[in-house]
Amino acid sequence: MDIVFNWSYFGYLLYGAMWTLVLSACAFVLGGAAGFLVMLARTAQSRLIRQIALVYVEIIQGTPLLVLLFIAYFGLGVFGIEVPPLVAAAISLMINASAFLGEIWKGCVEAVPRTQREAAECLALTRWQAFVDVILPQAARIATPPTVGFMVQMLKNTSLASVVGFVELTRAAQVINNSTIQPFLVFGIAGTMYFVLCYPLTAWSRSLERTLNVGRR
Amino acid sequence: MRYDFDFAVLLDYWPDFLAGAWVTLQLTFLATVFGMAIGTLCAIGARGKRRWLARAIGIYVEIIRNTPFLIQIFFLYFGLASAGLRLPVFTAAVIAMVFNVAAYCSEIIRAGMDTVHPGQIEAAQSLGMSTPTIYWDVILRPAIERVYPALTGQFVLMMLSSSVASQISTEELTAVANNVQSFTFRSLETFLAIAPMYLALAALLKLSFWGIGLFAFPRRRRLGTAL
Repeated sequence: MDIVFNWSYFGYLLYGAMWTLVLSACAFVLGGAAGFLVMLARTAQSRLIRQIALVYVEIIQGTPLLVLLFIAYFGLGVFGIEVPPLVAAAISLMINASAFLGEIWKGCVEAVPRTQREAAECLALTRWQAFVDVILPQAARIATPPTVGFMVQMLKNTSLASVVGFVELTRAAQVINNSTIQPFLVFGIAGTMYFVLCYPLTAWSRSLERTLNVGRR
Repeated sequence: MRYDFDFAVLLDYWPDFLAGAWVTLQLTFLATVFGMAIGTLCAIGARGKRRWLARAIGIYVEIIRNTPFLIQIFFLYFGLASAGLRLPVFTAAVIAMVFNVAAYCSEIIRAGMDTVHPGQIEAAQSLGMSTPTIYWDVILRPAIERVYPALTGQFVLMMLSSSVASQISTEELTAVANNVQSFTFRSLETFLAIAPMYLALAALLKLSFWGIGLFAFPRRRRLGTAL
């Protein structure tokens, strides 16, 4: 008897898409926090801290996310606890995002004109005050479009969590395909769902970029 | 709890790791060459006068950029297999990578082409240069030179994402690691060992791009200034 794709399978895909969103949100919050620390380290006064941060970024950006994921998954398992795949996936996505976001944000902080920092210094603001009150608000404006762009990247990256058995959209599609064997249909629908999730972010990032350019012209 | 690391067992498998790294390099090389060629053609088409072609390329680029590579590779490999066309896994991986990276390349190159001043093209036309010459010498070469760092970054990312091809059991580095860990039960050590191999491959790729850049952009080599 042939099993064909039906609405209950579609519901299962939607359920997977929900977990994709949950995982993306976790990755963005954790990765954003860690990325902020990386950015601080990359722009630190101490040369040593800057260099350590640079080495960290180079290592993470030169290692495939899939390998990071396996290291997190098996590495946590070493401690004898059964690691939920969600935790391993969230941790590896966090590490990956921290390097990329840290590097993006470092660029944005440096893109704020030098004179702003000098003016803050003339007003006798401390280094931290100058950073929080003068540099950060301006850098955040510049950082929004590339950050939203990277969110698309993160959303797509969550598909790799399927490899350690976490049931998100891609895993759900694989499971369904294994019983129905209609790959064009199943992966086509899953791909469409990813597109529906990602495209608004892409479009938003693009329009932000346009408004920002108009403002600076 | 204590964990005793044992990297020594992995030493027996170094020929397998080497073979895996070689497959990764082959995948990367083929995807780079074809991806660059198709990406350039797409960039030209997207800026061309034929509206339908520009639209079609735009749709292709958006679809690729907004779906995960894993889904693309499954769609291609399992999809074609169900339609009766069983591609070898290596070929399927190369095709998926080419389709993927060409979309990103075309966006990057298009951005570079947009920076070429219209006056330069008009000047070339008034000098009686033929369209292919204008495209090659006046538009493409300066455009690619400008976006060369972005292209390098994109190809490094593509090399790293070739690890995803292990999921359709292409015998590249990550797939080899998967096999080795199932023989040795030393999963953590195996993946900790291939991370530096990927770092080395990434460094090798950046180095070769730098070398190709020196060769391909003599202007920069002679003058030492950015365009």
